[in-house]
Amino acid sequence: MNQAITPANTLLSVNGLVCHFPLKAPLFGKTPGVVRAVDGIDFALAEGETLGIVGESGCGKSTTSRLIMALQKPTAGEVIFNGLAVGSDASAGGITLNDYRRQVQMVFQDSSASLNPRLTIAESIAFAPGIHGLDRAEATRRAHEMLDAVGLDPARYAERYPHELSGGQRQRVNIARALALRPKLVILDEPVSALDKSVEAQVLNLLGDLKQRFGLTYLFISHDLNVVHHVSDRVLVMYLGQIVEIGPVDDIFARPGHPYTKALLASRPNLLPGQRRSDPPLLGDPPNPINPPSGCRFRTRCDRAEPPCSDTPPPLTTLGKDHQAACLMNLPGSGHSAAPGIAA
Amino acid sequence: MSLVSVRDLTVTFVGRDRTVHAVGGVDFDLAEREVLCILGESGSGKSVTLRALMALNPAKTTRVTGSITVDGHDIVAASPRQLENIRGGVVSMIFQEPMTALDPVFTIGQQIGETIIRHEGVSRATARARALDLLELVQIPSAKRRLDAYPHELSGGLRQRAMIAIALSCKPRLLLADEPTTALDATVQIQVLLLLRRLQQELGMGVIFVTHDLGVAGEIADRVAVMYAGRFVEEGPVAELMTKPLHPYAQGLLGATVHGDKRGEPLTTIPGSPPALDQPSTGCAFAPRCDVAIPACLEGVPLLSRHGDRAARCIRVAA
Repeated sequence: MNQAITPANTLLSVNGLVCHFPLKAPLFGKTPGVVRAVDGIDFALAEGETLGIVGESGCGKSTTSRLIMALQKPTAGEVIFNGLAVGSDASAGGITLNDYRRQVQMVFQDSSASLNPRLTIAESIAFAPGIHGLDRAEATRRAHEMLDAVGLDPARYAERYPHELSGGQRQRVNIARALALRPKLVILDEPVSALDKSVEAQVLNLLGDLKQRFGLTYLFISHDLNVVHHVSDRVLVMYLGQIVEIGPVDDIFARPGHPYTKALLASRPNLLPGQRRSDPPLLGDPPNPINPPSGCRFRTRCDRAEPPCSDTPPPLTTLGKDHQAACLMNLPGSGHSAAPGIAA
Repeated sequence: MSLVSVRDLTVTFVGRDRTVHAVGGVDFDLAEREVLCILGESGSGKSVTLRALMALNPAKTTRVTGSITVDGHDIVAASPRQLENIRGGVVSMIFQEPMTALDPVFTIGQQIGETIIRHEGVSRATARARALDLLELVQIPSAKRRLDAYPHELSGGLRQRAMIAIALSCKPRLLLADEPTTALDATVQIQVLLLLRRLQQELGMGVIFVTHDLGVAGEIADRVAVMYAGRFVEEGPVAELMTKPLHPYAQGLLGATVHGDKRGEPLTTIPGSPPALDQPSTGCAFAPRCDVAIPACLEGVPLLSRHGDRAARCIRVAA
């Protein structure tokens, strides 16, 4: 499962991705500020893996997914799919958006807002294959096949409208629609957050089965660490638009290298009253991404922060195989008292 | 005497097109200083039960039967005038979404003060001083400045704390909480849960906490009641219910909860989905989804049978 990322099996890579949203200009003087939603992230996705992205609201995880899906134009940086730059012409060594979206599809959190209420679910699923050149009968056949794959009997459900389905069934339809073009990569943006627990488990199992059956790669965005732990091969932790830690799921959950990751893990409620905590692992809310703190962006909430943290933005430092964290405590000679000495 | 006593509560919503039997017979007691969590999925009737305790369900379309007593007050028979005094003074509620529960055109200080002035008839200046104390009680940093802030100027966590301050402003005996941490980030959720637990102990309140999240129940509850299709199907002390659930639905819910230690294995699921509540059920409402159901399950609604301090509504547990 945890194969190394080599150029040969890299499906998607993200290089120096930045997305700033300008604020409205103030009435007098001063240049308008920007929301630094995503502020310089790099990572690669290997074929067949599931990469989980976690972080609090406003950390840029959804913006990242929209950038990868090319629903949002980046301020800087590029997305490379199968070695081809997304959005440029084939003559320039790229892949057009039309071809790209045939291979990369997305499932959103809100299952009813993402379906057209005036189309039957078979029409919704058959829509994209129709656009991409299948004739009507063939597209409908594909829709029925996909409905069957997600566990909804086409004979019973194909002609229904979204409002006639439960939340879990609607999310299955969204998954079927995403898979109708036979994509290689599926971006799942909080796909189970709006579902009840018993339905959540059904959908997670379904996603696991479909991944096996169609040989999919998943980018799984969630704020629920238990869910991410369950489904992911690797985990990426974001804070205020930047990557603070990335690595194999077992390493991250057993030996988190960044104080923020530790705090996130410790914030999970316990089922057993015997393990109740008396102090919260983190105080306050995440700071505003308009004016992020200097140096390490987490330092204002970090109990291990020291003077060097406000001067030096910590680079991602390798902690183990494929495991990196951006904290000065891991960087030799960073000036933080907990940092290892510089190896001779 | 217990703080809350609910007997055979049913809540029915009568609409033009359909009638929904949202709560179909709920009985429970809450002792002073006790925290009860009502755990259930959407549509199970947990929020409707909670609102019935404050008579907040829409009066025109709601039919309530049974009895509800809170701190000696009969809620079902109370007049609108009496309810005004009970709400806020004896029992108050915090909601899931503070942005919609707070009034956007008044400052936090005004909204807290309004409640104190209405119930205690104090002056505006006294109310403002009390509001400041309350903001400090709920650990809002730079409370003095926040008193004059409007809801949109606060972060989600601070808004939720401000709503807790309003709810506590007249020292209620009973606090009702309807998923107050669901919309918050994990790091903020645990802060608010710990705050609520501390306040509950310091102020000696009874709390009824509605949630769909087993982890939240584990952090805050003394006792847990699991609700399904409008009825309690299991009830008991939190530790025992979390480790050895009796009812097949509670077992399924715990099995379906994702832990990291089941990584890579398929999760236990409960097949199907909850029943529509247009008709009151004549048998066990969970039987169609239950893998240990027998024909006798459909012959009548099983009773909530007691086993020491635990109870379950299942004929197979009673046996």
